[in-house]
Amino acid sequence: MTKSVAPRVDFAKAPINAKLTSEDKRTLLREMLRIRRFEQASLKMYQQGKVGGFLHLYIGQESVAVGAVSLMGEHDHIITAYRDHGHALAVGMSMDECMAELYGKATGCSKGKGGSMHFFAPDKNYWGGHGIVAGQTPLGLGLAYGIKYKGLTGAALCFLGDGAVNQGCFYESLNMAALFELPVVYVIENNGYSMGTSLERSSALDKCLAQRAEAFKIDWDQASGEDVYQVREVTQKAIDRAHKESKPTVLEFDTYRYYGHSVADANHKGGYRPEEEIEIFKKQHDPIQCFKARLLDEQVLTEEQYGIIDTEARAEAAASIKFAEVSPQPTEESIFEDVYFEVDRQTEAGRTGKHFFND
Amino acid sequence: MPLIEYREALNQAFAEEIERDPNVVLMGEEVAQYDGAYKVTRGLWKKYGDKRVVDTPISEAGFIGMGIGASMLGIRPVIELMFWSFAAVAYDQIINNAGQIRYMSGGLINCPIVIRGPANGGTNVGATHSHTPESWLAAIPGLKVVTAATGYDAKGLMKTAIRDNDPVMFMENTLLYGEKCEVPTEEYLIPLGKADCKREGTDVSLIAYGRAVLTALKAAKTLEAEHDISAEVIDLRSIRPLDEDAILESVRKTHRVVLVDENKPFCAVSAQISSLIMEKAFDELDGPVGRVCSLDAPAIYSPALEPLQLPTPDRVIKKVREVC
Ligand SMILES: Cc1ncc(C[n+]2csc(CCOP(=O)(O)OP(=O)(O)O)c2C)c(N)n1
Ligand SMILES: [Mg+2]
Repeated sequence: MTKSVAPRVDFAKAPINAKLTSEDKRTLLREMLRIRRFEQASLKMYQQGKVGGFLHLYIGQESVAVGAVSLMGEHDHIITAYRDHGHALAVGMSMDECMAELYGKATGCSKGKGGSMHFFAPDKNYWGGHGIVAGQTPLGLGLAYGIKYKGLTGAALCFLGDGAVNQGCFYESLNMAALFELPVVYVIENNGYSMGTSLERSSALDKCLAQRAEAFKIDWDQASGEDVYQVREVTQKAIDRAHKESKPTVLEFDTYRYYGHSVADANHKGGYRPEEEIEIFKKQHDPIQCFKARLLDEQVLTEEQYGIIDTEARAEAAASIKFAEVSPQPTEESIFEDVYFEVDRQTEAGRTGKHFFND
Repeated sequence: MPLIEYREALNQAFAEEIERDPNVVLMGEEVAQYDGAYKVTRGLWKKYGDKRVVDTPISEAGFIGMGIGASMLGIRPVIELMFWSFAAVAYDQIINNAGQIRYMSGGLINCPIVIRGPANGGTNVGATHSHTPESWLAAIPGLKVVTAATGYDAKGLMKTAIRDNDPVMFMENTLLYGEKCEVPTEEYLIPLGKADCKREGTDVSLIAYGRAVLTALKAAKTLEAEHDISAEVIDLRSIRPLDEDAILESVRKTHRVVLVDENKPFCAVSAQISSLIMEKAFDELDGPVGRVCSLDAPAIYSPALEPLQLPTPDRVIKKVREVC
């Protein structure tokens, strides 16, 4: 995977970033660090056998979720795929409920029913957390439909990977987004690989993936995702388009995952990608280190402040492990809860007819 | 006989069929350069190259449809779904195209395709990844559905499936890929539609397929040792076509039946078998047909609870004691 070396534009001066206070800027950094420390903690617990299933880490991509989510207002919504911990923390879900979900505990955000790939917080306009590749892309469109239908000024931010763009439902969605003028913003997080397949081996390309939007006369943009300022600047334009013109946008951010596709992917170091490539990203393109350097340079951050933020993030992650450890397991009866609304609420409908067929 | 893993047995079936028939092509996500998400196709791309082993983008409807189209020209695609659960994206192709094209063309067009991959719960990957769609697909006349409980069966059935001239949906299990069994080095085929008696018994018939066969075998051991009940275990191996004779013969012998099935109970494969036994062997029964299925809810993630959702030897034993 090659990285485009764009001329260094100073996105700090973009209007959306110029109005950030020093505290706001440190908050962006803090949110990225919280994600990283949480992910490191979940990796550790996964390796200790405390977490089941798959674990897809967001480490390396933090600037994309944090930058985009930092722009969300009351009527803006967000939905993503299974690499969903970063977006979850960015929208304000607590580390406790997320870690407990990884443990499959009753106190988890989905009561232990969803696991790593299925975090949700509708109260924070976060609609998950989806395990089927690109399955969330029509849902993102539907959120935009709902926003428009209700006459609200809002946008639906729908995240997907560079592999997900090759599912048909994404193009069905793009067509309707343009046709119905829906305020959806598709954010392609291009980390260069879908599992062990590089972008070049999975997608027929001209310039980039987002360019495919041209076929639908949808505006698109492609940018580096490593600078949270740039993510904000680019995403804000798309949100403005959604808010002001009720028009869709397709964005593509170049980013990179440091770990395997999931933790079970042993092949990622020196297998389908060279180890040096990972090192280059860690050393030269790390979104947290880049932004830290930036803030030090702007003199809105000191090494000491950074140390405090980091210590707090680590402590929060450690506390979430404790919380998950002592949390109760879901009960066996809970297997049958949350299947049907009507049965859970014991409404007339829920009490009529047989809903479950156990032996 | 060499002791090999289930995945290796499948791998041998692919290699042998690739060598035997130039029209056999393996296809799917990560099957070639990555050796398969579950390493079932390990080494095959290296050995047979780009023409015979093909990595696809994440476009299940597209590549399954492509495989069906190619099969109409006599290509024999063997398409891997990383999980059978992902077939949901491609059901139009599987059901409407693979399932109906022969009929609607009045027999002019054949569709010799194999669609294969793991179809199981029990690995804490959540509801979207844990479907057991054999009953959904066996409900479609035109499709065949095959499952294998052991590596031996997997190899013999897979080779037959590849040579079959109809679309065969082959269901594997991630929890079985690492299981070892003896597999002969000389070639063998297992016909579709032939069940296998995995254990002889006289008091009750445990009828199962896939991993549930292993659950039934474990239960049978305990039943023998602790409850003095001799259980016969019938492995269906193929769900459609179904070995009706083997089922009825076992019922006539034991007169009591418990069906063990990792499907959810509603319209499960076991529901079909139960109805069959009622219709064709009613007078042979000394008690109601019992069923042990997965608990009737979406697959729960929780590692503490998911094992309880699938049929366990304990639940089978309990059910057997109810009907015996
Ligand atoms: C329909 C479907 N097919 C296949 C998979 C298996 N799978 C999960 S993630 C993935 C790769 C996706 O890559 P990308 O879209 O680039 O996202 P990333 O993992 O890089 O974030 C695959 C093949 C799936 N979950 N759903
Ligand atoms: Mg990717």
